[in-house]
Amino acid sequence: MSDSTSNIISTILSGLGTTVYATVGGIALTIVLALIAGLAMLSRSRTVRFVSRVYVEGFRGTSEVVQLFWLFFVLPALVGFKLVPLFAGIIVLGLNHGAYGAEIVRGAVQSVPRAQREGAVALSFSPAQRMFRVILPQAVVEMLPPFNNLFIQLMKSTALLYFISAGEITEKGELLRPVYGSQLVLIYGVELLCYLAIAVVITMIMRALERVLARRLGREPPKRERAWARAGAPG
Amino acid sequence: MNWNWDYFWESVPLLLEGLLVTLELTVLGSAVAYVLGLVFALVRRARIPVLSQLMYLFIEVVRSTPLLIQVFIVFYLLWPALGITPSAFVTGVIALGIHYATYTSEVYRAGIEAVPKGQWEAARALSLPRGRVWTGIILPQAVPRVVPALGNYMISMFKETPLLISIGVLDVLNRAKEQGAETFQVIEPYTLAGILFLLISYPSSILVRRLESRVGQL
Repeated sequence: MSDSTSNIISTILSGLGTTVYATVGGIALTIVLALIAGLAMLSRSRTVRFVSRVYVEGFRGTSEVVQLFWLFFVLPALVGFKLVPLFAGIIVLGLNHGAYGAEIVRGAVQSVPRAQREGAVALSFSPAQRMFRVILPQAVVEMLPPFNNLFIQLMKSTALLYFISAGEITEKGELLRPVYGSQLVLIYGVELLCYLAIAVVITMIMRALERVLARRLGREPPKRERAWARAGAPG
Repeated sequence: MNWNWDYFWESVPLLLEGLLVTLELTVLGSAVAYVLGLVFALVRRARIPVLSQLMYLFIEVVRSTPLLIQVFIVFYLLWPALGITPSAFVTGVIALGIHYATYTSEVYRAGIEAVPKGQWEAARALSLPRGRVWTGIILPQAVPRVVPALGNYMISMFKETPLLISIGVLDVLNRAKEQGAETFQVIEPYTLAGILFLLISYPSSILVRRLESRVGQL
């Protein structure tokens, strides 16, 4: 392997850590926000429903790149301190995809058959017990496939951290471009392979979770499929 | 905090110019995505050996990797390789169009599969030529069903255009950036950019939702 080749590969791989951190951090925040906002949208209180609606529509209605620019460039002017790029990135990725995830959570909870709710009432479960012991365990299985798509969407969005110089894969590649102009195929090829690999890992984890949770509920576990065969939609 | 309303209103005309570019990108990009997506779906369905599998691989790779990198690839790698130099705007339309075509191809596929089997059988019984079967029977039934899904992709495309700032397309966000760089005041233009996106995409998504419920009744 020639010097420039190994230099290109190692430079791009040095951004892999940041990309993975941003992905994992973003996913963690997404799960928390999606659960809170999704359940809040089903609340009996009008105010709680309204607030969660505003969050969901606000973040779904504006562009992710604009949100990133706003948080990174406007917030310092407003409050006087600047966020570390990676941290700002995780917050925007989480807030944005949490808004999409909230709809997934809401839909999944609503898809649990009425009889399950009635059964829990008949057993005189408290509303919290009803939610956490009966409704959610069944709803979570429904959520996994759409969340898989959402997480891959989020992983792809980490490339936007290029705009705030967080030092992830895309930025590393763009730093290489002026120097190794004749090896663009290699540069972009390595980048694409990195993202593909993360996407396949996410899908594999989600498929495994699906099988485990379905078995726990006493359902037929879904069939094994090719790791990247998914039917999905972007945000 | 030092919010300045006069400056906010001053930024409006410039950002509206950018919004026009964003909308043009969205409409032209969607047109490419809708046409190309149908081509992709038909190629995959045709089961031509090698070509159909390559199509599948291409679709999965494009869907699983960032649009931003695809924009760079088209701009810095593809155009020089072809020996042409289209503008950043054209690059944006092509990159957006190809990226979203991989999504719309799946939509078309689902729409085509939803056409009842009896329709194919009837077409065969009438021994219609292949072209007529597609244009006269299958597609007229498949396409209306997928219109809301296609509309949703147009909205997501609209929200992704700002990343074309990376190759210098003068969209809403880039105008806001210009304005901010000139005056060192970034709060108002960036906030206005966000408001403009919300003003367009929220009503459009309500419209698509309505369309969805109407198509659901078909």
